Amino acid sequence: MAQRLKNNLAPLRLHVPEPKFRPGDKADFSDIVVPPVDALPRPDEAVKPAEIHDLAYGLVRVLDDDSGARGSWNPGLDADRLRLMLRKMLLLRAFDDRMFRAQRQGKTSFYMKSFGEEATSVATAMTLQHDDMCFPSYRQQGILITRDYPMIEMMNQIYSNRGDRLKGRQLPIMYSAKDYGFFSISGNLTTQYPQAVGWAMASASRGDTRIAAVWCGDGSTAEGDFHSALTFAAVYNAPVIFQVVNNQWAISSFSGFAGSERTTFAARAIGYGIAGLRVDGNDALAVYAAMEWAANRARTNNGPTLIEYFTYRGEGHSTSDDPSAYRAAEEYAEWPLGDPVERLKAHLIGLGEWSDEQHAALSVALMDEVKTTQKEAEKNGILGHGLHHPFETMFEDVFEEMPWHLKEQCAQMLEEQHDKFGDEWKPN
Amino acid sequence: MIEAINSALDVMLTRDPDVVIMGEDVGYFGGVFRATAGLQRKHGKTRVFDTPITECGIIGVGVGMAAYGLRPVPEIQFADYIYPGLDQLVSEAARMRYRSANDFICPMTVRSPFGGGIFGGQTHSQSPESMFTHVCGIKTVIPANPYDAKGLLIAAIEDNDPVVFFEPKRIYNGPFSGYYDRPVEPWSKHEGSAVPEDYYRIELGKAATVREGEAVTVLTYGTMVHVVKAVVAETGIDAEIIDLRTLLPLDIETIEASVKKTGRCMVVHEATRTSGFGAELAAQVQERCFYHLEAPVERVTGFDTPYPHSLEWAYFPGPVRLARAFDKIMKD
Repeated sequence: MAQRLKNNLAPLRLHVPEPKFRPGDKADFSDIVVPPVDALPRPDEAVKPAEIHDLAYGLVRVLDDDSGARGSWNPGLDADRLRLMLRKMLLLRAFDDRMFRAQRQGKTSFYMKSFGEEATSVATAMTLQHDDMCFPSYRQQGILITRDYPMIEMMNQIYSNRGDRLKGRQLPIMYSAKDYGFFSISGNLTTQYPQAVGWAMASASRGDTRIAAVWCGDGSTAEGDFHSALTFAAVYNAPVIFQVVNNQWAISSFSGFAGSERTTFAARAIGYGIAGLRVDGNDALAVYAAMEWAANRARTNNGPTLIEYFTYRGEGHSTSDDPSAYRAAEEYAEWPLGDPVERLKAHLIGLGEWSDEQHAALSVALMDEVKTTQKEAEKNGILGHGLHHPFETMFEDVFEEMPWHLKEQCAQMLEEQHDKFGDEWKPN
Repeated sequence: MIEAINSALDVMLTRDPDVVIMGEDVGYFGGVFRATAGLQRKHGKTRVFDTPITECGIIGVGVGMAAYGLRPVPEIQFADYIYPGLDQLVSEAARMRYRSANDFICPMTVRSPFGGGIFGGQTHSQSPESMFTHVCGIKTVIPANPYDAKGLLIAAIEDNDPVVFFEPKRIYNGPFSGYYDRPVEPWSKHEGSAVPEDYYRIELGKAATVREGEAVTVLTYGTMVHVVKAVVAETGIDAEIIDLRTLLPLDIETIEASVKKTGRCMVVHEATRTSGFGAELAAQVQERCFYHLEAPVERVTGFDTPYPHSLEWAYFPGPVRLARAFDKIMKD
C-alpha cells in the first residue's frame, strides 16, 4: 500500500539499471559517441590533473576510420614494433582459442578468454620496462605473452599438472611470475589495487626507478579497494597507473551496475585529483599512447593516472557462463570500435608493411606453435589425471616453516591416501 | 607496556631499513596510545607516516610493500576497526606465499590494540583473535607484559609470514587484576616490567608458564593472565597458569604436559564465548588429554553480546566468574 502523497510529490521510485539490449534484441550502438581523432590533443606529461578533465570524458584515438594513424597521440611506432604488437595479439588469440577448447575437452576446469580486449594487455605491456610490476586482474594473460613468459608455464598452470610452478594450488589462469614483473593473481576482485599502490610507494620511498601498473574491470571499480587505492595513490603521489578495462559486462551485469549510466570510469579520477584518460580500448595505438603518457608521468614524479579502456568483452566472462542468456547475440559485431586485431592489421596493410597473405600465414604458424607447446605441456599431465604435484605439497608454503598442526594433518592425509590406494600407493 | 612496544619498533626501524610503520595518527602525533611516539622524528617521514582512514587501504598497501621487499608494520587503531581490512588479510596476506608457491611473500605485522575494560563500548573493546586463528596462513600473537611485548613484537616483525599482533590495551599502562574499583598498579611494580633497551626476541609459538601448580591448568593470554593470577592468589588454588603468548602456532607441548600433570583444564579469554579460541583449546585438550581429565574442560569468557558500555563489568570475565569456575572444576 503506497503512502499517502505528501505535498503533491510523486511517490519515490527505485531505479534499477537495465542494459539497452537483451537476448533477441537488435543491438544498436548508434548512441555511442566516437569523437574524431585528436579531438582532445595530447597534453604535456607534466600537466596538472585539474587542467585535463575533458580527457576523462573524451576518447583518445589514434587509428582513424580509414586505419591511418593520426594526431598528437600517435606514438609513432616503426613497422617492426607494429608487427610485433600484432604478432603478440594474434598469439594471445591463438592461445585463448586452444585453452578454451582444452577446457571444453575436459582437460581443465576453467578458462577465461580475452577476445576483443587484447590491446589492453599487449599494447600496455609493450610500453612498460621489464622490471616494472604489473598487478593484473584475471584477463591480462596478454602481459605474460608480451613479456615472453614461456607459454608452457602458462599451460602447466592451467592444467594444474606436475610442471605447474604454482603446484596446482590456483584456479586456472591465476598465474604468478615475479621474474616477469607479473604479480600473483587473486580471485578476489580489485584487491590488487591497493597492493599496486603499496608496491609503487615502496619503490618511491627507496628512490627506485620502477613503477607499478594495475588492471581491473568496470564492474570491480565498485569495490572499496578501488577507492582506497585511489585515495592512497593521490595522497602519496604514488608512481602507479590504474587501468579500468571497461568491457561493458561483469558476468551478466552491464556496466550500469558500476555507475556507467551517470559518468565515465575515467572520471572517477577527477574526484581524487589525479589524471584521468578515457581511451578507445580497441585501438592498440591509442592504448599504447595513453599508457606511455601515464608511465612517463609516473616515472617523473608527476603521480598516478587512471585510464579507462572503452572496449567490449567479445566472449563470455569465462567457460562457466553463456552470454546468449543475458545479452544480445550480435553485440560484438555491432560494436562501433571494431576489433583490435583487425584494426591494427588494416593499419599495417595501409602502410604497405603487411598483407592478408602474411596475416593468414602468421595466424597458422602461431596456432601451430601453440599446439606444439600444448602437446609438450600435456606430457606433464592434465587436470584430474594423476600427474599432479606430490600430495604433501598441499601443506607446504602455508607458512615458511611448517608448524606441528600442519605436520599432523599432512601425516593424516598420507594415511588416507594409503587407505584409498593400498600398498601399491606411492607418493605422486 | 606501551614503552616496550615503542622500543621494539624503534629497535627494528634502526636495525632494518626495510621496516616501515604506517597507520592512522601514528606519524607526527605518535599514535592515539603513544605506541609510535617520537619514531617519525627519529626515523623520518618515509619510514613512519600517517595514512588515510581506510583499513582496507592500509593493509592492502602493506601487502604491496611486502611484495616489493619491505617489512611493513601497519597499525590498525583499534581491533574493532580491522574488519574493512579483513579481505586483504584473509584472502591476500595470508595466502600470498601459498598461492604463488613462494613467488611472493608477505612479511607484514599488523599491530592493533584490542580488548576491553576501558569503557570503550562495543566499538573500542572487541577481542576478534579467533577470527584470525581460523585463517590459515596468519600467525596470531598476544603479549601479556612489557618484556614479552617487546621480544614478541621483534620476532613478529622478523617473521617472514604475516602476523596479527594484538595488544591488550587495558594493560598498556599497568597490569589489571580484574578489580576495577581498586587503584591502578603501575608496571614498575611488576615482574615483567624490566625491559632491556636493546634488541632481543621471544620465539613465536612458545607459551610461558606464569605460575607452576598441581591442581588445575589455566590456559589464557593477554589481560586475563593478570586477572587469573589475582584470583589464584586470593583463593589459594594451586593452579598452573599458562600464558599462551602465541595462539597460532600454538605451543601444544606445554599445554599437553601441564594438563596431563594437573588433570584439570580451564580456558579463559575476554572474547565472546561461541566459536571463541577457548573452543579450540578445549577441543585440543580433550583430543590429547582425555584420559587424564578428572573434570570437563571449563570455559571462562565474555558473554555472546556486543561489549556493553555501562555494563562493562558485568560482561567482563572478572574475579566472580573465575571464582565460580574454579569452584566448579575443583568440585568434580
